Amino acid sequence: MGRLEGKAAVVTGGGRGIGRAVCLAFAKEGADVIVNYASQDKPAQEVVEWIGKMGRKAVAVKGNVAIKADVEKIIHTCVDHFGKIDILVNNAGVSKPSMLYKMTEEQWDEVIDIQLKGPFLCTQVASKFMMDRKYGRIINVTSSAGLWGTKGQINYSAAKGGVVALTKSAARELAGYGITVNVIQPGYVSTEMFDRVKSDPKLLEIYTGRILLGRFAEPEEVAPTFVFLASDEANYITGQLICVDGGLGMT
Amino acid sequence: MRLKNKKAMVTGAGQGIGKAIALKMAQEGADVVVAERNRETGIQTQKEIEALGRRSLSFAVDVADRHQVDQMVAEVVATFEQIDILVNNAGFDRPGSLLKTKEEDWNAVFGVHLTGTFNCIQAVAPYMIEKRYGKIINLSSVWGKRGAVSEISYSTAKAGILGLTKSVARELGRYEINVNVVLPGFILTPTVSQMAEKYQRLIIEQTPFRRPGKPEEVANVVAFLASDEASFMTGAEVEVTGGWNM
Repeated sequence: MGRLEGKAAVVTGGGRGIGRAVCLAFAKEGADVIVNYASQDKPAQEVVEWIGKMGRKAVAVKGNVAIKADVEKIIHTCVDHFGKIDILVNNAGVSKPSMLYKMTEEQWDEVIDIQLKGPFLCTQVASKFMMDRKYGRIINVTSSAGLWGTKGQINYSAAKGGVVALTKSAARELAGYGITVNVIQPGYVSTEMFDRVKSDPKLLEIYTGRILLGRFAEPEEVAPTFVFLASDEANYITGQLICVDGGLGMT
Repeated sequence: MRLKNKKAMVTGAGQGIGKAIALKMAQEGADVVVAERNRETGIQTQKEIEALGRRSLSFAVDVADRHQVDQMVAEVVATFEQIDILVNNAGFDRPGSLLKTKEEDWNAVFGVHLTGTFNCIQAVAPYMIEKRYGKIINLSSVWGKRGAVSEISYSTAKAGILGLTKSVARELGRYEINVNVVLPGFILTPTVSQMAEKYQRLIIEQTPFRRPGKPEEVANVVAFLASDEASFMTGAEVEVTGGWNM
């Protein structure tokens, strides 16, 4: 029996990268999954098909997590299809790099809206259903940039830093309802976000040199930590930042 | 079964969190070495592991004694051929304030927590390096981060385990050996139940979950870190606190 047997999960940004690996890992452990995506239909549909082949249910829902009506649609689809929501993964992200002096207000707003307002809205809408059932698992995603800052991404790092505080405040508010709220810092993962770094040998060497294990992670190496935090094995863990970064945070 | 056929060594596995870890690992398919100063409780854990259908050895050792550790590791390797997982959990508390703590209590606490952890890692690591595979999980404590009144030796030793973990993670990272540290909060164990009732109530009031944790809830995390699911985690601190000390 899977460790998430019969659970209903929502994964935002579930079509690609880490989100995709999380959707598949959840389904493998027995969960039904809402695969949210913002723009590209095809990857999300692929995830839904694969989950179907695993014998679990999945629905792809297009929506922008920064828009309340979209968030309601995403969460309500889960409750309508699966009768409940047990697990929420706030994974949707976007990066709009630019140095501080030339960053536009639009670049700032877009990243803050999706990375910070998005988790707020999703947590707010989902937690109402979780509170009724006195059970819930909320997992947020931060980044090395959010913990230690980075050059050329002040919007991204501010949003990701905010997610850590959002996690802890939500953990405090929701603890009385059997809901845990945690945040994962995945380090450098081989996803599209790192395509630019991986295509430049010099840059790749600098980035790899920061990781104790000496390599990037595959999304599949990060996904099991999401499964663990979503499972009942992690009952007593809340408000925590978990680093799955190959030792990046120590360098 | 996430630890099928792995060989694990758990120190202080005769009771409390260590025993819960040993049994959880056996449930997940590992053969488990019980290193426990108290021969009777060690043998009891060994029997419970065997009842789960796994192989087990128990050793009545004081991990602070290097000679005893070396002898144990040699015997384990002779029988199991390898050690995939090392959990440094052995420890005890000698409560005492700064002004009243006796030198022998300070030394005893440091001996088991810090020297013991160092001894076991140094003895086991060569076998892990040879196979370029290994999972080392140390047990620190939330008290090691925040300090505590009348727990000067314990909290200082537990803080030392954080530094030890990170140095070992740096040295062994190139061999793909994962080294992590778990920080339990207020968990119902024989050690914690010795605390003043007033203090226990205070911690529970400060814990968002409003209850103490169970040893099994810590064991779950250790088993996860010992599995290949956590292959990209190293040098990480994982707190199991019900939200206390956020």
